[in-house]
Amino acid sequence: MSHSAKDHKGRPFVVVTGIGIVTSVGEGKEDNWQNLTAGVSGVRKISRFPTEGLRTQIAGTIDWQGDQRYCAPVHSIALAKKSAAEAIEQSGIGSRGSFPGPLFVANSPAETNWDQRMVVYNGQAGASSTGYERLLKNVAAGNFERYYSLFQFASIAEHLADEFGTRGQPISLTTACASGATSVQLGVEAIRRGDTDAALCIGTDGGICEEMVVRFNLLSALSTQNEDPQGASKPFSKTRDGFVMAEGSATLVLESYEAAKARGAKILGVVRGAGERADTFHRTRSTPDGSAVIDTITRSMADAGMSPSEIDCINAHGTSTPENDKMEYLALSAALGSELENTPISSNKSMIGHTLSAAGTIEAAISLLTIHNGVIPPTINCNEQDPNILMDVVPNEKRIKTVNSVMSNSFGFGGQNVCLIFSAEPA
Amino acid sequence: MSIEKTEVWVTGIGLVSSLGEGLDTHWAQMTSGQVPVPSVDSEGQAPYLVHPIVEYEVGTQIPKRSDQRQMGPWQHLGTYAAGLALDDAGIAHNPELLAATNMIVAAGGGERDLDVDATIMEKISGAENPGPILNAALNSELRPTLFLAQLSNLMAGNISIVHGVTDSSRTFMGETSAGVSAIETAVAQIEHGQGDIFLVGGAYISERADMSMLMEFGHTLWQGEHGSVWSREDSDGGMIMGSAGAFLILESREHAEARGAKPYARINKVVADRCTRQPGAARKNADQLFEQISDRIPSGPLPVLSGCCGVQPQITEEHEFLDSLSEHGIEPVIRGVTTLFGNMLEAQFPVNVILASLAISRGAFFDPFDKSGIEKEFSDAPERVLISTWGHWRGESLALVEKPDVPLRGDE
Repeated sequence: MSHSAKDHKGRPFVVVTGIGIVTSVGEGKEDNWQNLTAGVSGVRKISRFPTEGLRTQIAGTIDWQGDQRYCAPVHSIALAKKSAAEAIEQSGIGSRGSFPGPLFVANSPAETNWDQRMVVYNGQAGASSTGYERLLKNVAAGNFERYYSLFQFASIAEHLADEFGTRGQPISLTTACASGATSVQLGVEAIRRGDTDAALCIGTDGGICEEMVVRFNLLSALSTQNEDPQGASKPFSKTRDGFVMAEGSATLVLESYEAAKARGAKILGVVRGAGERADTFHRTRSTPDGSAVIDTITRSMADAGMSPSEIDCINAHGTSTPENDKMEYLALSAALGSELENTPISSNKSMIGHTLSAAGTIEAAISLLTIHNGVIPPTINCNEQDPNILMDVVPNEKRIKTVNSVMSNSFGFGGQNVCLIFSAEPA
Repeated sequence: MSIEKTEVWVTGIGLVSSLGEGLDTHWAQMTSGQVPVPSVDSEGQAPYLVHPIVEYEVGTQIPKRSDQRQMGPWQHLGTYAAGLALDDAGIAHNPELLAATNMIVAAGGGERDLDVDATIMEKISGAENPGPILNAALNSELRPTLFLAQLSNLMAGNISIVHGVTDSSRTFMGETSAGVSAIETAVAQIEHGQGDIFLVGGAYISERADMSMLMEFGHTLWQGEHGSVWSREDSDGGMIMGSAGAFLILESREHAEARGAKPYARINKVVADRCTRQPGAARKNADQLFEQISDRIPSGPLPVLSGCCGVQPQITEEHEFLDSLSEHGIEPVIRGVTTLFGNMLEAQFPVNVILASLAISRGAFFDPFDKSGIEKEFSDAPERVLISTWGHWRGESLALVEKPDVPLRGDE
């Protein structure tokens, strides 16, 4: 790469020049890295709202709002601003409030929650009516300008575009739990096309509220091990019983290698490739033979021009649901073959929890830090590994190892799967 | 990077709206020689008006009842229209092509069960300690399938499951701009060889009162008689929401030719930007966007499809922008799409591109949609159609759709 700015397919190399992270285990890269390599969990009892009667009462929430009433898009925007400011500052790109490229934001929909719905409902104008008729009457009679700008489904990305002065229409996207990886993928594609020299890719999710907990509980997707919050997320363990919802944000500043070099930016890593394949089997389950997930992984390696033996480490999707972890093992075995035996695979979600729309971006950021530091964060809570999952899951203790490349997996409800591959900048 | 750009063809269309299903129905109503009559419901959400979706046979595109039960009306509509587009392009039930078909869906929030919401609101209203009551109500009222219907990306998920589209799958969220970005991105990907064939589009259902509430937070809904979107320029303006499921198959020319697919039209260019809507800012953006495509448009009469949002001052700013095209020697022949269809948010731009493709492929433009006098007759076969689509809150865009066999102008 020191010889060429183009990859094996003649496309511009895409590099990362800025990273920002906020999660339940820490604020900023350093804080996160320290805690993640020390095996610290950010999962706790939910204090944001009463949990009486809820099957799940734990989450990796980020509780900044203090006395302010919780409002999902406000929280998602605040988290994203934190991580994006950190990433942009590190990259040194553009100038304050003027980022020279497009914005791709992975976020959960900015929806009106019960708190706001009841604020509207309790107005007077519609008091003689019920349901949405009452809501509409109260809205017509009141001033809800703030709600208007917060609850448009494009609002999170628009507010971030206001803040960072990105170019063109921002794209807010969702591919469920693969969203964060999709935001990186869209940035990579735009740079490869030559549409831009830089892109700002953000994943953010601050959406933990009563209804989200109940809805995921209805799908039996969440851990209910409320008595031991920090031990509840246990990817690849025999006793895993679901994922733990969490909040967070990460940002990557992507640039073409050429543009980054030209301005003398420090290159933190290379996005070598991305793979994707949608599933047709079921809304919440993968095709039993794993074909869509296998294809996703295989395509990422083909896009990167890399073979299984060149993958040093895998940042797992590793949600801690019985279904996902089994499927991920099955797919990796098929896609990497015997190389999987020599490839450590670790799940950041064991500590952070599952940040849903943000997870792919957060795990991309941690993959890059893994390469940079030569340390693989552990999969904690792995006291009894599932005997049917025969992988080196880096149990409980970090691993010191030279890592030149990391594969990062993201699989979403709705069958949307994305796999990214990062590598170090060769000397 | 020097890259030979490929042409982007529209080779499949799926359209269901308040006016009907399929291109022939729309064409007949919009070229009858009379001002077309919109379908308006003034009672369902009085005092607001909506253009309700026409009745259609869900089962013809979503045959399994088990699939139908996993979706609400919004996902039904999108999945149905996507199926029509796949059929029309001749790729439905062709596993090899479907596995190579990429998808970008423009989506709003998924659907809520409004009756469940009403029940819960009543239960917790006025309660001293509403938290536990809310938890209990959510536990007893919500059903798992509803959650899946509520996920924005599940329209795409259902399209994969029902129709078997399995290459890349992305969902862009957020009103009118999402529809623009979806098609803009697909066009860019095709032009640069990042995919040969795309299913792109979206759906909006105006009957959803939760969505009307979201719009009315900004007091942006129209109250009063139905009238041309241009007639609302003399007031504070307001939107009448419309319903549509609108999907297109976009394909590289080479890919289409190799499989013998015929184009409706060629998408020459989509350009878009945003501003915070200070007065005059949207107009300024539109001027700058037009600069980017002006060399692709010859002087003379130019059919224009406007997705005019209906909110002020955007009606005035867009109207002034369109009038200003005369400074470039262009005589815009405008049709206010929202007069007839209502504002379809995520589906607005896909519908505009579909109508432009329809006019080009049938060799005629539509009758004026109102008697405002703003919309002039156009009796020639259109070679190109300019599309102007501005969101009610954010986002301005222009697009140029043209006959596939006219020489490309002004491409770099």
